[in-house]
Amino acid sequence: MLKIEALSKVFYPNTVNEKRAIEYIDLNVNEGDFITVVGSNGSGKSTLFNLIAGTYPVTGGKIILNGKDVTHTPEYKRAFTIGRIFQDPNVGTAAKMSLEDNMITAHRKGMKGLKISLNSEKRQLFKEELKQLSMGLEERLKDNVGLLSGGQRQALTLLMTILSRPQMLLLDEHTAALDPSNAQIVMDLTTQFIERYNLTTLMVTHNMQHAIDFGNRLIMMDEGKIILDLNASEKESLTVPKLVKMFKTIKKKEYASDEGLLIL
Amino acid sequence: MLEGIFVDGLIFSIMVLGVLISYRILDFADLTCDGSFATGAALATMAILKGVNLSGALVIATLGGAVAGAVTATIHNRLKVPGLLAGILTMTMLYSVNIRILGGRANIPLLRVTTVYTRFPEIFSFLSNSWALLVGTLLIALVIKVLVDLFFRADLGISIGALGSNEQMIVSMGINPRLLKVIGLALSNGLIALSGGLLAQYQGFADANLGQGMVVQGLAAIMIGEFLFDSNRISLITLRVMLGAIIYKALMFFGRYYGYHINLTPSDLKLLTGILVIVSLIIAQTRSAASSADARKKALRRNKEIRQHQKEANDAKN
Ligand SMILES: Nc1ncnc2c1ncn2[C@@H]1O[C@H](COP(=O)(O)OP(=O)(O)OP(=O)(O)O)[C@@H](O)[C@H]1O
Ligand SMILES: [Mg+2]
Repeated sequence: MLKIEALSKVFYPNTVNEKRAIEYIDLNVNEGDFITVVGSNGSGKSTLFNLIAGTYPVTGGKIILNGKDVTHTPEYKRAFTIGRIFQDPNVGTAAKMSLEDNMITAHRKGMKGLKISLNSEKRQLFKEELKQLSMGLEERLKDNVGLLSGGQRQALTLLMTILSRPQMLLLDEHTAALDPSNAQIVMDLTTQFIERYNLTTLMVTHNMQHAIDFGNRLIMMDEGKIILDLNASEKESLTVPKLVKMFKTIKKKEYASDEGLLIL
Repeated sequence: MLEGIFVDGLIFSIMVLGVLISYRILDFADLTCDGSFATGAALATMAILKGVNLSGALVIATLGGAVAGAVTATIHNRLKVPGLLAGILTMTMLYSVNIRILGGRANIPLLRVTTVYTRFPEIFSFLSNSWALLVGTLLIALVIKVLVDLFFRADLGISIGALGSNEQMIVSMGINPRLLKVIGLALSNGLIALSGGLLAQYQGFADANLGQGMVVQGLAAIMIGEFLFDSNRISLITLRVMLGAIIYKALMFFGRYYGYHINLTPSDLKLLTGILVIVSLIIAQTRSAASSADARKKALRRNKEIRQHQKEANDAKN
């Protein structure tokens, strides 16, 4: 489904600020994979997602999506295949527009025409979809999204992403900005949708337990490299202390301070 | 006299709809306007003088403005310069272009030819002259308003609004934001030029300086409108823009008419407009702080009600 070959990204090359954010990553994501991605701050997780989605141009390497080389394809075209959710709930929705206007924009990917699609039939459909969130949003189609809470907005973002029918999800700490109960709701919805639509998923999380509990594969990043790639059976017996220990053994050094970054 | 204010205000309101699209809906600080307004006036005037029929002349004016808007969007897209700079570039170039269109002169009169404003009294012959002009202008302005409303209820229009609110969302939905900006600014400046084309016919001349300060006047009208009522429905937003435009023109008229009592001259009106915008901004800021707190409170209350509702429904089930 997604193949990454010798991918690298250098910010500000050949300056004093040069930063090698991704260093020659190879990764093969199979259709239906649900991969959790862990790694300390600055290890390059978000940069990897930005390269896959096409937000940043690559410095070197190749990205192949569904057998097609998309290394230089603009972000909006890759978005037909890739659905993306960010940590900040404000990024996924248009605050100054109503829920129904947001949802109609998400309803089908791609350039829109002069048709007025938003009719009572669509509103009914949106209400049905919103009911799945159990947040009472089905009563608020005409409210501006800016009035929703962070948790409600992130749940709406998830729903809109699903409505637009991507084949693949990139989730970048998408529950990190929510309070525990909302994070739980959004996480439950996420796994429901992934199963129902058989979405290939990469999910960044700082929650080690989540990284172990969810998905069929786990990768760990450090200093722009993938330092660990565990399959489903290897993950089965994994515990948080084991994972931390693996990290330390690989690093061969005691990173007492890094332990603090692995928020449990 | 009062009819005159309304005709003036209604022509101006079409321009303000254009400014609404760039500044409020697309969130693009576009200064092309100051040039494209005069482009519309120049194109309509020259087309009429060359014998093009009246609707043809207005279409040419609109298209000319649309091209100017598309140029600004393209400069912004391709060179990745801020919209403000892209707009200033186009506006500056348009000043020369407009004089070219006017055959090398800064000012061309439209006398002793048929214009929409000589046709209105013929069409509405049952009305007095000034009422005929008012009814004719009102009809044009209303048709434009309804078309703009329909456009922004269509999928394309909604996606342009979404772009103005959050560009990343548009990209995530597989839409090319650059294309939307070209369409949005073309539409905006098309309306602005159409307004210029009408004004040239109403006042009987085209002038290369006609657009000077238009953006600020447009913003003033939008802000006056925003004081009238609050809404996120496009039909009400365009309505309040039109009312704001008429009120602005009325204020300026009375400023000019009675201003001399306090020693105001017509050249002071731009200063007054600027002060009006600044005062509006200050009032709007205080108000929006208050009203967003209020809206949040309301939303929270509604949330609570809905949750209560769900709980009761659940309890009833069990
Ligand atoms: N746009 C940018 N310009 C310059 N440097 C950047 C940019 N984006 C990321 N970096 C750098 O690249 C490195 C990797 O950052 P990245 O955001 O990918 O980390 P991350 O793994 O997502 O961390 P976190 O867990 O904190 O989100 C960091 O050193 C960061 O400073
Ligand atoms: Mg990150």
